[in-house]
Amino acid sequence: MNSNRDLQGTFHPASAPDYLPLPQLRQLQLQRLQSMVQRAYDRVPLYRGRMDERQLTPADIRSLGDIVRLPFTTKTDLRDTYPFGLFASPLQEIVRFHASSGTTGKPIVVAYTQEDVRDWTQAMMRSFLACGLHSGDVIQNAYGYGLFTGGLGAHYGAEALGAGVIPISGGNTERQIMILKDFGVTAICCTPSYFIHLIERAREMGVELKTLPLRAGVFGAEPWTEGMRQRIEAETNLKAYDIYGLSEIIGPGVAMECLHQSGPHIFEDLFYPEVIDPSSGEPVADGVEGELVLTTLCKRAMPMLRYRTRDISALHEETCACGRTLRRIKRISRRTDDMMIIRGVNVFPSQIEAALLAVEGTLPHYQIVVDRVKGLDELEIQVEVTAEFFGDTVGALEQLRQRLSHAVERVIGLRARVRLVEPHTLQRSEGKAKRVLDKRKL
Amino acid sequence: MKLKQLSVFLENRPGALSGACRGLADAGVNLITLCLADTQQFGILRLIVRDWAKAKEILMARGAVVKVTEVVAVEVPDRPGGLADLLEVFERAGINVEYMYAFTVKQEDLGLLVFRFHDPDRAVAALQAAAVKVVNEVELFRRFDL
Repeated sequence: MNSNRDLQGTFHPASAPDYLPLPQLRQLQLQRLQSMVQRAYDRVPLYRGRMDERQLTPADIRSLGDIVRLPFTTKTDLRDTYPFGLFASPLQEIVRFHASSGTTGKPIVVAYTQEDVRDWTQAMMRSFLACGLHSGDVIQNAYGYGLFTGGLGAHYGAEALGAGVIPISGGNTERQIMILKDFGVTAICCTPSYFIHLIERAREMGVELKTLPLRAGVFGAEPWTEGMRQRIEAETNLKAYDIYGLSEIIGPGVAMECLHQSGPHIFEDLFYPEVIDPSSGEPVADGVEGELVLTTLCKRAMPMLRYRTRDISALHEETCACGRTLRRIKRISRRTDDMMIIRGVNVFPSQIEAALLAVEGTLPHYQIVVDRVKGLDELEIQVEVTAEFFGDTVGALEQLRQRLSHAVERVIGLRARVRLVEPHTLQRSEGKAKRVLDKRKL
Repeated sequence: MKLKQLSVFLENRPGALSGACRGLADAGVNLITLCLADTQQFGILRLIVRDWAKAKEILMARGAVVKVTEVVAVEVPDRPGGLADLLEVFERAGINVEYMYAFTVKQEDLGLLVFRFHDPDRAVAALQAAAVKVVNEVELFRRFDL
């Protein structure tokens, strides 16, 4: 369609930082890290307190290696400082809020200044460029719009690229397929499991995805596998690319695969990666699996110093055939905590437990069952009926079921099916309840 | 004037009902009447037995959730309009019927129904005021002994 190589994903001026010579990149990272630490120390009491405890000042960060002297930041810190406690910018400079699941009832809040939104837009634009998208592409953005960072993050990047964005958001699979076909969509953004659901639904509807101009899928927001990639690519003509990100750092666009599909490149001029042993907190050698830790190098509204992502990955230093000097991470396929990702939404069992407890004042015996039916995640909560809950009429039990279901939905933002079961039917292992049964096969 | 009824929570799956019934059968408990309310997910089995305390114990020992509720047994003429006339007694008194079912026995031209009310005492009073025969436990079991 377009013979200009600059528009074929091989090079675009916005992608220039992807190719910085290493010494220059490291120099840039150090400068940015130093000012980020200074900003965090000056403006966020939590960071200052923790650095003071270690008798550490921003001036002690003299090399990138000194980053290990900084304390870690965890999701609990975001929860404990809810809602605005980690902000480093005054509220009048905040132009955007997003929120995602905390570990219990309260969400965690993230914020952006105008410059942060600009950086994020650039990171997402570079993500699209990395997989060969350019102006003229039609991008169907099926990530959810709203408090979730996926929708707006991808939207801004695609628009900045000059692509045509279809802000369809998540859900309504039939309409997704109709638009995919009728609008000549060339790229789609969604979770990989949702795309598999789309493939299966399209087949039932008699839509042959292979005949469409769809050539790239930007898939992320949940762990997936090489097997899923192979299946998607076998059943369509698109290439499936892995995008990585998390709200605490910025949203999608922290790392993205290039045309070589050999693991997402971290946009290292914006985010500094480390991999540590999750139990000791010590760095692991290159290529060795551990917990990914990220430090924001430019985020103004909410700097994150050594944020423990709980995602298991590894850092690859070898140069990629694409020529980018950015290191690559191994695709995330599991986590160090019990967080589940259901339809792209982060869910902690503790949130569900808190919701169930709130309904009747006592905690029923329950089990969370996650399954994937036709590519779509389904969440079912089985609750054992006890004498206190049992009301003799169908209406009373249906009401209980709905109250439980609404309570869970209010907390996690996802619809959960509640199934009432007879007492003593849920699995208990060694007397301890097995709370989560994840039947999904990735 | 009221009867004790056992309500048992059952999952909607093969074997749930038969398990409960087998447990009672093995202990020699005879079911005088029963009714099963069902939804897509679960059911509620409601039972009238002679020795409700024993039946409750047996069911609970099997791990079932059992609730004891009070119901009212009412005689109704076995003719067109028999039930409609009876229901008008409740309507006039502003009493809501939560659910009802029937006994399988019949005496002469009278059928026997089980009613569950939110406030059974008020219902019994309304029935007596309307000169409708309410069958008590003693009378009920005597009929079943025949």
